[in-house]
Amino acid sequence: MRYEAPQSIDAAVALLVAETGAHVLAGGTDLLVKLRAEMIEPEVIVDIKRIAGMKAIIAENGGWRIGAAVSGAEMGEHAGLCADWPGVVEAAGLIGSTQVQGRATLAGNLCNASPAADSVPAMVVAGAVVRIVGPKGARDVPVIEIPKSPGKTTLAPGEFIASIFLPAREARSGDAYLRFIPRTEMDIAVVGCGVALRLDPEGKVMAARVALGAVGPKVIVVAAAAEAILGRALDDAALADLAAACSAAATPIDDKRGTVDFRRHVSGVLARRAAVIAQSRAKGAKA
Amino acid sequence: MALDQSSKTRVFKVVGTRPDRPDGIDKVTGRARFGADVVAPGMLTGRILRSPHAHARIIGIDTSKAEALAGVKAVVTRADFGDAPDHVADILDNCMAGAKALYDGHAVAAVAAVSAAVARKALRLIEVDYEVLASVTDVDAAMQPGAPLLHEGRQQETVPHGMSGNVMSRVEFGHGDIEAGLKQADRVLSRTYRTAATHQGYIEPHACLATMGPDGKGDLWVCTQGHYMVRNTCAAILGLEQGQLRVTASEIGGGFGGKTTVFLEPVALMLSKKAGRPVKLVMSRSEVLRATGPTSSTSIDVKIGMKKDGRITAAFAELRYQGGAYPGSPVDMGSMSAFAPYDLENVKTVGWDVVTNRPKAAAYRAPGAPMAAYAVESAIDELAKGFDLDPLEVRLMNGADEGTLASYGPTYPAIGLKATLKAAKAHPHWTAPLGKNQGRGVACGFWFNFGGDTCVSLNVTPDGTVTVSEGNPDIGGSRASMTMMAAEELGIPYDQVRTIIADTGSLGQNDVTDGSRVTFAVGLATIEAARAAKREMCKRAAMIWGIDAEAVEWVDGAACPAGPNAGKFPPMTLKEIAAIASNTGGPVAGHCEVMAEGAGVSFATHMVDVEVDPETGATKILRYTVFQDAGKAVHPSYVEGQFQGGAVQGIGWALNEEYIHDKDGILQNPGFLDYRIPVASDLPMIDTVILEIPNPGHPYGVRGVGETSIVPPLAAVCNAVSAAAGVRLTQLPMSPPRVLAAIQAGG
Repeated sequence: MRYEAPQSIDAAVALLVAETGAHVLAGGTDLLVKLRAEMIEPEVIVDIKRIAGMKAIIAENGGWRIGAAVSGAEMGEHAGLCADWPGVVEAAGLIGSTQVQGRATLAGNLCNASPAADSVPAMVVAGAVVRIVGPKGARDVPVIEIPKSPGKTTLAPGEFIASIFLPAREARSGDAYLRFIPRTEMDIAVVGCGVALRLDPEGKVMAARVALGAVGPKVIVVAAAAEAILGRALDDAALADLAAACSAAATPIDDKRGTVDFRRHVSGVLARRAAVIAQSRAKGAKA
Repeated sequence: MALDQSSKTRVFKVVGTRPDRPDGIDKVTGRARFGADVVAPGMLTGRILRSPHAHARIIGIDTSKAEALAGVKAVVTRADFGDAPDHVADILDNCMAGAKALYDGHAVAAVAAVSAAVARKALRLIEVDYEVLASVTDVDAAMQPGAPLLHEGRQQETVPHGMSGNVMSRVEFGHGDIEAGLKQADRVLSRTYRTAATHQGYIEPHACLATMGPDGKGDLWVCTQGHYMVRNTCAAILGLEQGQLRVTASEIGGGFGGKTTVFLEPVALMLSKKAGRPVKLVMSRSEVLRATGPTSSTSIDVKIGMKKDGRITAAFAELRYQGGAYPGSPVDMGSMSAFAPYDLENVKTVGWDVVTNRPKAAAYRAPGAPMAAYAVESAIDELAKGFDLDPLEVRLMNGADEGTLASYGPTYPAIGLKATLKAAKAHPHWTAPLGKNQGRGVACGFWFNFGGDTCVSLNVTPDGTVTVSEGNPDIGGSRASMTMMAAEELGIPYDQVRTIIADTGSLGQNDVTDGSRVTFAVGLATIEAARAAKREMCKRAAMIWGIDAEAVEWVDGAACPAGPNAGKFPPMTLKEIAAIASNTGGPVAGHCEVMAEGAGVSFATHMVDVEVDPETGATKILRYTVFQDAGKAVHPSYVEGQFQGGAVQGIGWALNEEYIHDKDGILQNPGFLDYRIPVASDLPMIDTVILEIPNPGHPYGVRGVGETSIVPPLAAVCNAVSAAAGVRLTQLPMSPPRVLAAIQAGG
């Protein structure tokens, strides 16, 4: 096994193109676990942390561009990011443990392509766009288009994610992410739910995005849930409709982490709770 | 050794204080050497091939390709081992499968190679021809007629004719007349309870380094709770003489009973013998979960009759424990301990030992008792609540005391059950207000405790410091406790004594570190060894002074004339005597070899508050208090640690831990991600109350404290969750999906 730490995107791409079976290393919190568990035996590991910009959070068009090697802990200490996209920051902050968050990245969480990835529903409802680099140059793709199936992404050979862009936060908007795990940390979502809302001046929902994790082969955008609350104040009836839409949209399996019935039910519960948090943030509450 | 009468009024100088732990620096700096931390010249890496099937006949194993691979120095299968004596036959079969693989993860072959990469490759080259058989992992299913059978001809005569061949044996305990007792009751409650198999969850995986020479002499470095047991077991399996195999225990990263048998060691020795080089074997976490001993899963019927005032008129339990692929589940101890906290006129337990296609059960902290207590303490709680009675008062009314005929036979000497109940009742926790969706639970627990074969050698160095050699791996602070008891007895400071765990060549036979025996039994032997050394030192002083040895006594670390008639001499300190030892007869030492008896049973009461989220079924532990009798707490911090550790393992058992198998018997969660032991943020600080009812069988009154603390929490948490959720739970773990389903069904 060879370890490479290229200094440029082009050098990294060249390595990834040259060696089939090369693995990208950013935080390494998935890669090293797979190595130790002998799930993979890569010929080359390409560490992208020494490439300029990979560890940076940069203001761009009113939003934020987050380098692929920025850790969850670094996001959590970035005041601007926390103010604009608290749901994304708290989703990243739920991954693993305090120690893991010192390494784990949004890009890695996305590329691991787990249906239960915490940051993915949060990024999807935030409208996040990833910048992919590869042999054919750079391209920008919405997060929702990256997961393909459990463990698989739509990235082509030789490509990797260089950064993730969170757009400018609109007025009277807020986001939130909640997940259910049987413990308080060091666990994987049994259900995850991201909600982003924009309210009109009267407090009614002008725009909404709702996404579920861990209840299907990949993240599920629940358009029916968003529609259910559109134009309504988030009263008990609206929240119940939101919850029902999420429970209906979930397509979970029975496995060691939960049952179909449990996951469907909790999808609705979390959507309702996350919507209430997103609403309070849209009204100006601080995360 | 009886309780020193003076100890009731004695003012201890060292015992009862909280000195720094002797292994602390080593452990926080990484200097401590655990099982996998040693290397030897020419050492090879061992790896084990494991069955991917839960039940399969092994038609043949072709190792030729693995043997031909460059860098492979030995390949071992069962064919390399001869017939083992009966008492270790199952242990050998568990270490290396014979005719059949009996569970997912059962070892079928092993290699030793020059590197881990080569060893890994070699495993892939071993071809095993399996005939896959139907499997069974559930205890009730395994008892059904027609269930797939693991063994033939192994059922004991205690099992009635016609039962499934997976039922290995039956036990029965009790006294009185159950039917007559039930007739006197105002209510008879019958319930069936189920618990899942849980693993001890020690952080350090099994590891050893074996060196086996062609001369029949071997050395083994191993992470274990009992290196004498490892020596004796390996010697029997490999046909060695015990004296020719020297075993040294490493530091140990947790055991909790799971390291009281062997899994890797005979295989490592055989690999080393074949390769002619040292071989290290280290398990992965997944191997630990798949192939070392969890405890039993159980199915338990309880029938209890109670009068309106809370008096229990009769108590019956039928316990079904699966012990994995071989006979020997702890159902006997479950059956003995189920009603041990109570003074009952009519009591009976029947236990069934059942085999299934799971890893062979190993001891887990108070083996068998937590499940039995879970069932009984849940039933008592439900009955008490049904009559609107205080659950602590009901337990006090029925509680065992000095003179009670225990349900399993003996009559108790002085015990501490009622003291723990009274302390619980008086504690502010009991009356603290509860909020919405919150509930409080209490439960009692019992453990036998044990003494056993024990050797201690205490040596006085020429400069007058003291070394204590004992033969029990330190899994719970025993080096500190031995050091303290030696210092107490000798009248010298704690830092003048160092205790080590000696290898098997250095002391006589020592039983395993189990049964909460070490602080009691090794402590007793340490005190006796110190007394022997004191007698010798008094003799030396008498020699110098020219008086009778009987006229010298040991006071505050020095020999003194016993009274005015003995003569006037200034005291001779331990250091002064040590300095002239060579001129007064040679080095000074004391030793003790004993089969320690009088361990003294142990009781606890636990109290817990929980909050249950009615929308998700998730349980949060809000507050937890342990009340337990320690006899005499030698080092209270360690005692508290034992109380807390047992409570936490019990909380995990109650809420989330379980072995999950698919329909083919394949373990679905062989890792700490999905085998969910509690993490620190899941728990509040566990509060502890140490009670000291002296054990009549120990000079200082010490009782073991290591195991009782895991007995009450399953029921205490269940009683609290049931109160918070408003619905009675009867199955563990109380994972969120199960609790939510119960709330939805009951509400």
